[in-house]
Amino acid sequence: MTDFLLGYLPVLILFGIALALSIAFLLIPAIIAPKQPDTEKLSTYECGFNAFDDSRMKFDVQFYLVAILFIIFDLEVAFLFPYAVSAGHLGNYAWVVVMIFLLELTAGLVYAWKKGALDWH
Amino acid sequence: MLVAISFYLLAFVAIASAFMVVASRNPVHSVMFLIVTFFSAAGLFILMGAEFLALLLVMVYVGAVAVLFLFVVMMLDVDFVELKQGFLQYLPFGFVVALILLAEMIMVGAAYFTGETKALATYSGEKSNLERFGEVLYTDYAFFFEAAGLVLLVAMIGAIVLTLRERDGVRKQDITKQVGRTRETAIEMVDIESGQGVG
Repeated sequence: MTDFLLGYLPVLILFGIALALSIAFLLIPAIIAPKQPDTEKLSTYECGFNAFDDSRMKFDVQFYLVAILFIIFDLEVAFLFPYAVSAGHLGNYAWVVVMIFLLELTAGLVYAWKKGALDWH
Repeated sequence: MLVAISFYLLAFVAIASAFMVVASRNPVHSVMFLIVTFFSAAGLFILMGAEFLALLLVMVYVGAVAVLFLFVVMMLDVDFVELKQGFLQYLPFGFVVALILLAEMIMVGAAYFTGETKALATYSGEKSNLERFGEVLYTDYAFFFEAAGLVLLVAMIGAIVLTLRERDGVRKQDITKQVGRTRETAIEMVDIESGQGVG
């Protein structure tokens, strides 16, 4: 058990270094940077004129569709990782199971393709 | 010792940031705390020996789902002050959801004590966590595996049905139409007498 976790010790050390470094980068400017704020410096600045409105705005739902499709195929690949490692000694049953899984998602892909969800309008 | 320290640190960070997800006023900060929660949960998974799940959590949840959340929170035109006013209205519904989650957690815990679960031996042996996963996922749990595929299929179709709409007046390339053009349909021969012009 400990051998296994000791393998992750470098990761922990890396996280520690990252944390220390980012805290240092936050702290050092806070300490040594000169600060002379006034109203002009602190006001919003948008390329010469006053800001028109909020930075939040409506955008096309198509971006969202692309992102969701990405996540679904991302998950599909994630489900297949264990098969890639252990396919050698799993046998035909597991192969059929994986192929059915792939067929399900291929049906989805065909549907998305035919519907034009992958085209950009 | 180091394991215990890591566990308590990760568990504390997970709970604290999960609390901050609910408590912080800015939704963007909420999503950031959610990412921290995911990371700590991944660390807890690694402490349990579930490497595959941990890395999957980082890849899928931190890499994709959290970005999608940020996407929605940053871009959607939502008035957050208005959103907060419906809090009391949604409280009963949230309470019901919390109750269901609690019941599910109790059931999982009870299954652990009655010994009905089949735990993966995570640490022992020379096989990696990923191989052990593969050995049971496609054989013993084949049904659940296919069910997961169906859930993904339903999600895909649902997303397409909900968001895809045909818009008129959009010029787009139809390659079959372009390739399918023949000389007969594309070219019209017109005899024009000199000095007359067309039509």
